Amino acid sequence: MGQTLVQKILAKASGRDKVEVGDIVEPAVSLAMSHENAALVMNQFYEIYKGANLEPKIWDSSKIAIIFDHRVPAESAKTATNQKLIRAFVREQGIMKFHDIRGDKMGICHQILPEYGYVRPGTVVVGTDSHTTSHGALGAFAFGIGATEMASVWVLGTVLNVPVPATIKVLAHGQFRKNVYPKDLILHLIGLVTNKGANYKVFEFHGDAIKNMPTSGRLTICNMAVEAGATAGIVPPDEETINYLRNIAGVTDDIELVLPDEDAKYDHVIDIDVSALEPQIARPHAVDNVTSIDGISGLKVDQIVIGSCTNGRLDDIKVAADIVKGKKIADGVRLLVFPASGRIYREAMEKGYLMDLMEAGAVIANPGCGPCLGIHQGALGDGERALSTTNRNFKGRMGNPDSEVYLCSPAVAAASALTGVITKPNEEK
Amino acid sequence: MAKVIYKFGDDISTDIIYPGRYMATVLPDETPQYAFDDIKELNKILTGSKVPEGSIIVAGKNFGTGSSREQAVSTLKGHELVIIAKSFARIFYQNSVNLGLRIIICPDIDAEPGDELEITDGKVINRTQHKEFEIIPHSKTRQKIIEAGGLIAYTRRRLLEKEV
Repeated sequence: MGQTLVQKILAKASGRDKVEVGDIVEPAVSLAMSHENAALVMNQFYEIYKGANLEPKIWDSSKIAIIFDHRVPAESAKTATNQKLIRAFVREQGIMKFHDIRGDKMGICHQILPEYGYVRPGTVVVGTDSHTTSHGALGAFAFGIGATEMASVWVLGTVLNVPVPATIKVLAHGQFRKNVYPKDLILHLIGLVTNKGANYKVFEFHGDAIKNMPTSGRLTICNMAVEAGATAGIVPPDEETINYLRNIAGVTDDIELVLPDEDAKYDHVIDIDVSALEPQIARPHAVDNVTSIDGISGLKVDQIVIGSCTNGRLDDIKVAADIVKGKKIADGVRLLVFPASGRIYREAMEKGYLMDLMEAGAVIANPGCGPCLGIHQGALGDGERALSTTNRNFKGRMGNPDSEVYLCSPAVAAASALTGVITKPNEEK
Repeated sequence: MAKVIYKFGDDISTDIIYPGRYMATVLPDETPQYAFDDIKELNKILTGSKVPEGSIIVAGKNFGTGSSREQAVSTLKGHELVIIAKSFARIFYQNSVNLGLRIIICPDIDAEPGDELEITDGKVINRTQHKEFEIIPHSKTRQKIIEAGGLIAYTRRRLLEKEV
């Protein structure tokens, strides 16, 4: 019996020919990513060395990435001090993949990692962030871990006790209708399987709808795999992957493609005809509370957010800019745009997208996580309602338990900005 | 024997357990004050009059869903709570094992606030309602970390073995 993609990656990273679902393995890590919570990882790292009588030393300075994105520029003295401590640690340990807030270097971790070619197909990537699942878009087994687990990785270079997960094959076929996007596919999938239906399992994405999808869209669907409880989402790497790594990420060294076996054994298969999909919306306060837009259009919103590790990429900003170009957003609505990286910000400027958005009435903020998790900019007032391209709508998520967050694609967000109510693209007049 | 202090349904997220706005606070010892900060009555119970160690929160499926933030575990560990849930989200589960928060997987658990529960090797016994529920044991590899006193001690041991 053949192996799924994640089985093959875990076998390779654990020095074994083969692994079975349920085996416990200790794979070698190719990339270990943290953001500002590196402050906690550092604390736990030093704790491990306490009483060990050894000089605290990370296992490999080329395999650790630290990216400031959750609260940039620092929103408080506390964060500023944490960031200062992390910078000192980076210098002390010689960490090579460090991204401070600086020009093209800055951005959301889940954009910087692919953009800089740090993620390679067939490898194990861990991050102290649940949306580390994003990097499955490039054919890596990428998953979120806690800070103490990361401190252990910094010391040992392996992740302890990884149970080999079962894999759900998602077969997405057909062509997206106009104004329907990968975000709608993943929201639909989460609605189907529920927010815990894929707990402790992995989604492996197949089908012509995935084959024809650019890496930006694959990042969107893998990003949100965790919202169905999945340990990871993964796309078998193909020509698009190589194209992205070579031409966008600037990778020049060898790229090895690890693929699932033809006769791999899957937990089950979910078949989705994307050509039947309408724009999707996740209603508060759960990501699986999904409806087709027709069930909800006309609902008034106060704030619209376009950005995040889910939908802050150049394609996303272009879609939004094209919709609002030459028009004005509705009175009483705030439109906040957060490009996912410095490079995307600059390219969106060069192509005129940011100008179109700003002339329509948008606020263009600096790259970062922004209002997504309610700790920096764009908090909601009591009783307010947001429509957002981000990935979570839990109660209190945007900083106020007395507010609501609805999730959608950039196209729906932009169309709704023009009307002030949830609006299907093309019907915004 | 310990008392149930609060009962939750399914899908309690890490944003509920430890709101994102406190994430700049990272040191485990500083996190307990913010536990369930958006559920004022529960936060008050935990931070006000001292709740006895081992007090129990009962929950449904998928407790700890969402973010990887470890503060969601250290904040509960700081109050030395025991969490009994029908199931746990993956990262929260592993973080609990790593930090030594006592969590118990009990798919059929039925208990109300105020009930007295006894936790044995394989069962949760509800002494108030006179019912028993099976516990799903932790895997052997997780048990090893728990027995070592958490992941810090476990990794330290592995590090020293490597150096020898």
